[in-house]
Amino acid sequence: MEPFIRLSSIAAPWNEADIDTDIIYPARFLTITEKKGLGRYAFHDRRFDGEGREFEDFILNRAPWRQAGILVAGPNFGCGSSREQAPWSMLDLGIRCIIAPSFGEIFRGNCYRNGMLPVTVDEATHATLLADAAAGAVLDVDLEAGTITRPDGSKIAIIIDPQKRDALLNGWDEVMTILNRQGDAINRYETERRQRFPWLAR
Amino acid sequence: MPATLYEKLWNNHVVAEEEGGISLLYIDRQMLHEVSSPQAFAGLREKGLRVRNPGAHLAVADHSVPTRNRDKPIADPQARAQVELLARNAREFGLDMIGLDDPRQGIVHVTGPEQGFTLPGLTLVCGDSHTATHGAFGALAFGIGSGECESVLATQTLRMTKAKTLRVNVLGDLPPGTGPKDIILAVVAKLGSNGAIGHAIEYAGPAIRALSMEGRMTLCNMSIEAGSRTGLVAPDEVTFAWLKGRPLAPQGADWDESVRYWRTLPTEAGASFDREIEIDATRLAPQVSWGTSPDQVVPVTGRVPDPAGATDPEAAAKMTKALAYMGLTPGLPIQEIIVGHVFIGSCTNGRIEDLRVAARVLKGRRIADGVSALAVPGSQAVKKQAEAEGLDVIFQQAGFEWREPGCSLCVAMNDDRLPPGARCASTSNRNFEGRQGQGARTHLMGPAMAAASAVAGHIADPRDYLGEA
Repeated sequence: MEPFIRLSSIAAPWNEADIDTDIIYPARFLTITEKKGLGRYAFHDRRFDGEGREFEDFILNRAPWRQAGILVAGPNFGCGSSREQAPWSMLDLGIRCIIAPSFGEIFRGNCYRNGMLPVTVDEATHATLLADAAAGAVLDVDLEAGTITRPDGSKIAIIIDPQKRDALLNGWDEVMTILNRQGDAINRYETERRQRFPWLAR
Repeated sequence: MPATLYEKLWNNHVVAEEEGGISLLYIDRQMLHEVSSPQAFAGLREKGLRVRNPGAHLAVADHSVPTRNRDKPIADPQARAQVELLARNAREFGLDMIGLDDPRQGIVHVTGPEQGFTLPGLTLVCGDSHTATHGAFGALAFGIGSGECESVLATQTLRMTKAKTLRVNVLGDLPPGTGPKDIILAVVAKLGSNGAIGHAIEYAGPAIRALSMEGRMTLCNMSIEAGSRTGLVAPDEVTFAWLKGRPLAPQGADWDESVRYWRTLPTEAGASFDREIEIDATRLAPQVSWGTSPDQVVPVTGRVPDPAGATDPEAAAKMTKALAYMGLTPGLPIQEIIVGHVFIGSCTNGRIEDLRVAARVLKGRRIADGVSALAVPGSQAVKKQAEAEGLDVIFQQAGFEWREPGCSLCVAMNDDRLPPGARCASTSNRNFEGRQGQGARTHLMGPAMAAASAVAGHIADPRDYLGEA
């Protein structure tokens, strides 16, 4: 995957609770079996009417946020279905960092595997960043430094598991990392498992 | 120290402890379907990897399959290609595949348990958020993304952070006319749509012990609607009796040995949970959702709530948004909400007991004029059993269409899709915007209420139809 090291971008403010993965990527597009080129379907029914015309008031249809690489979202962003098409389509739309008070867990995990950074923030920080985003300010997300720098120069800490941070900074593929580091441990576990639960293998 | 069911399942599957509190967890089994698996197989091909343990996986198409004309090729070319791709991938990598014409076909979360692929004590995953269903057997089961499917195919493991534990104690007996769906809707309403993020739920208490396996599956199924990936019920005699003799369940001496092990799994007395909540089952009325989030639930005797009464501005904003999408006004009695569509099915309520209770309501009655109603059994086995009991006749005489198994109107990926503005009484699990079709409106409820609503033409109290008011 593409590493995530640093991203300086304006941020789109969208403080709506419970934006589920059906809103991010409607189910009727799920028969597509590719993972690339899905950006046109991202937030489809919020972006477009039944005739395919853009809703002018939707934040990602408005200047300057149409170009936003960061989304400041509401609580429980990405709840619902496990569909990884949700982060794939957002990535293709150009959004690589999402900041919210809380995330749907499966969605959050899916982001890390695709070079995307979900950042959980407290309520006060969330309100501050929403205001920055609404003003069209540039946020500087620096994963190496572990900070988000606001336009006034103040910094917000990015809280992330060290392992996920390393994977994002280096663009490591999780499957290959597991195979390279833990191949022996998996073999050992399986040997013990066969002895302990022989009925599982039959 | 006394351990919880979750901790035992977790500890038994740790392959290695990694930095930052992350564990590499062994995954015993995986179910694969046509929507979340293609990109996982593509990943294996790109990296030149094989499937580590082909016997650990079971593939079955459910999401995009049509529920009628199953004797013909799938009409939608993209859905047809997707289902064919699953079969091709299964063949190429040597995995078991249940085809569309197979008598075992069904929704992953109905077929897996039926076949005995789901067993207590296992870790089981699927690229589907409703995988917590299998937790009803005391299996550590959770939904994953496609990238994680690839990990499990290639390594049989996942990197995981241990969840906190949350016990939901459901006390007392369920009153007549209520069922497991009413418990879980009340639990989701109480916890909130994000209230259980980071927690593994264990459902416990007398009302849970009294539930059948079908009921326990309904319950665990919707754990994700409160934000939890995992819902669990401790295995007991009900579990063992249900599983015994299933095609993939252990047989003979293996069965005895596995039951001995399974009996060691339940949470021990004195084990502590990070959180506990209580639900008084004796006070439950049939529950129904009014909004666009599964925590927006009221008793069927209630009214559409007023945002003016919300606890904070954010909660009020969420309610206002839902009211606008649902086309409802605060204060409206729930039973005055007119429905044009009824759906009985899904991995939540597409099992034999769900069809039986709906048929009890429908027997000798007709659905109201202007209502179109679908009954979609969760699997071919459920369908066959229902037909053996004559339930298909009851449904059809009442005016329901009797369809072939699949996810159908729960996810609206196939041609079962509602038009904009349509309002549906549905036994599925999500009332999200557009879930049953762009602009369509969903009210979640149990199968008895869905059947009663079909007859009444508006949301109706099932107790008025079950002779138990």
